Amino acid sequence: MCVALPGEVIEVKGHTAIVDFSGNRVKAEAGLAEIVPGDRVLVHAGCIIQKLDNSEADIMEDLFREIEELNG
Amino acid sequence: MDKSQVLDFLRNYDGPEVRIMEICGSHTAAIAKSGIRSVLSPKIRMISGPGCPVCVTVTAYIDKLIDLAMYPGNIVVTFGDLIRVPGSVRSMAEAKADGAHIEMVYSPLDMLPMAEKDPDHIYIFAAVGFETTTPVYSMLLLNAEEKGLKNVKLLTSLKTMPEVVNWVSSGKVTGSDGREHPAVDGYIAPGHVCAVSGYRIFEETAEKFSVPFVASNFEATEILMAIYALIKLRGRGVVRNLYGNAVTREGNITAQERVDRFFVQGDCTWRGIGKIAGSAMYLRPEYEHFDVGSRGLDTDYETKGCHCAKIITGEEDSTACPLYRKVCTPENPKGACMVSQEGACFNRFVSGD
Amino acid sequence: MKITMAHGSGGDSTSKLISGVFAKYFSNEYLDKFGDSSVVPGAAKIAMTTDSFVVKPVFFPGGDIGRLSVCGTVNDLLMSGAVPKYLTAGFILEEGLEVSDLEKIVESLQKTAEEAGVQIVTGDTKVVEKGTAESGLIINTSGVGIVPEGIEFGTDKLQTGDKIIVSGNMGDHHAAILGSRLGIENDIKSDAAPLTEMVSRLLESGIKIRAMRDVTRGGLGTVLNEFAESSEKEIRVEEELIPVSPAVRDFCGILGLDVLYMGNEGKMIVVVAPEDEDKAYEIIRGSKYGENAVCIGEVMGESDSPALVLRTEIGGLRKVGPLYGEGLPRIC
Repeated sequence: MCVALPGEVIEVKGHTAIVDFSGNRVKAEAGLAEIVPGDRVLVHAGCIIQKLDNSEADIMEDLFREIEELNG
Repeated sequence: MDKSQVLDFLRNYDGPEVRIMEICGSHTAAIAKSGIRSVLSPKIRMISGPGCPVCVTVTAYIDKLIDLAMYPGNIVVTFGDLIRVPGSVRSMAEAKADGAHIEMVYSPLDMLPMAEKDPDHIYIFAAVGFETTTPVYSMLLLNAEEKGLKNVKLLTSLKTMPEVVNWVSSGKVTGSDGREHPAVDGYIAPGHVCAVSGYRIFEETAEKFSVPFVASNFEATEILMAIYALIKLRGRGVVRNLYGNAVTREGNITAQERVDRFFVQGDCTWRGIGKIAGSAMYLRPEYEHFDVGSRGLDTDYETKGCHCAKIITGEEDSTACPLYRKVCTPENPKGACMVSQEGACFNRFVSGD
Repeated sequence: MKITMAHGSGGDSTSKLISGVFAKYFSNEYLDKFGDSSVVPGAAKIAMTTDSFVVKPVFFPGGDIGRLSVCGTVNDLLMSGAVPKYLTAGFILEEGLEVSDLEKIVESLQKTAEEAGVQIVTGDTKVVEKGTAESGLIINTSGVGIVPEGIEFGTDKLQTGDKIIVSGNMGDHHAAILGSRLGIENDIKSDAAPLTEMVSRLLESGIKIRAMRDVTRGGLGTVLNEFAESSEKEIRVEEELIPVSPAVRDFCGILGLDVLYMGNEGKMIVVVAPEDEDKAYEIIRGSKYGENAVCIGEVMGESDSPALVLRTEIGGLRKVGPLYGEGLPRIC
């Protein structure tokens, strides 16, 4: 039930943000996450449900190392 | 291990049969769309779980929406997903043709300006969904309160994941070796439910049944990674996260607080499954004025012969249902799993399995 | 000035509307006679088609209902190998419609007809009460085209190894209309266009065309399913080769729509013999509205259960059915 797409915040006005998805600009409710223009966010049904973390922590690599150790 | 090695592993896997469930309907749709089944060894079985809200909504809920929409002072507002779901007599689309007042929107918040401009009508949102969508309804109510709108209401059918996953995990199936096996050996955890609620919500089930969960996004290659990890983690009660930029162990705390303010946990009936304790969210008594009768909608008239229930719990494959393809098709769906674009049967049908 | 019921009375108001709006733009040797019917030169084999146009809003990014009414009918004629010649135009106007809006639409219709090389040879106007035609007006156009000797293609003529070329990006029209209805701001424009130049150059080139079809409502998925069914062969398409702009791709992502079922009004599929692939591709790319043309797949062997099969980005194979239901936006 959960179609949500990552987009970029381009404007914040009070409770509302304008989020850009490759040139599609959608008004989204911004009351569930602290955001500023430039943030990447997940939008679901017209509402920002989470801010995306920009840190490039490689969780894939961590998990694969764990698996290798398990099976090693 | 790089991506092509993972793909080779999954193609050539020849270990004991493994049953992987994607809980979320968006994963079901993504798996069908990317042809994942066709690249997996026959020893890896993908099962579509109960995470499509349309598929698990009882007919009493649809009937109630239609009753409300036929009443002259009401307007029922809904997502497109629900409009074709059969109730016990007819769907909302059919009721609309008979004059029911039904409007379709993309966001629940789109209902605010509608209600504001037209104070003489009651605007009722068909609030279906899981943990991902419940915070959106909280924001609708918060805005309605702020604007002092008295004509914004909800008919809720809000469900939560951990309880139903717990229920599925307790099931057993007979494997091709004739022995009893757990119904599911590993879960692809729903990415956006985890983004909101945190992956910690599955830790209890993981430990209790010694079954692994891996949270994933909705890209085909990431889903393949999750399947690989689940096979390797088989038998271990752990929850791991491959959706690092959106999912944390705790989730979105603000969203959880907003939900907690308006909603409280309760029991509800799942289509074809029955009652599961603590698996629903209802408006709190102090916010009951927003509710138009969401409690006690338990009646479910299932079409005779429909195996939806067995299919969404992984007990049976769509192709085992006597109605599948013969009388139940996307053009003339008998069960909810064929109506929804996220449904197990719809996706099996259109991808030609 | 607004349209009133009197404009449909058949009396003076009707005449004034016809001379002031329709005749002003639609003028040619056949129509100017104002006869009960027009007598036009013909040929041994003619193609005929009709289509009604209901679209909300009537003005949308990249076009309007007038342009659409020509493109839809002209492209249908072209796909059967006909040279489009004459159109009829029937207008059902809703009481209250602004005459200035009607004039803009009529002007656009005439301009598109000129571009497509067709003449409007007869027409009709009716006025209906307010609330009857939600979008303000409905247009019907019928078209007649002349079929040259030696045209022998059709969806049942596909042969194993034939190449499938699409003339450009998928989904622009659908996304432009739906975006303006849902208030999603973007720069996506409808692709509504007459494909006369592209098709006549293909026909003149002498290449072996097996089948042509415009990709309208129902999208690529629905059209290629029809190809598979009538040829009794499998159609194999590479998902990654299907042309779609990033804006339309994300538009579909937001609303949970599938690019394969997005409608167009100025795109076609042409299936050609393998040896003619490069030539066909060059002709389309060199024609107006064909700059993004690409070969997306080929016709496979005979099949007991003919189908459209997509090879996905991970190398998976997936059968694609036709569009079911209305293709509604979803959040689930």
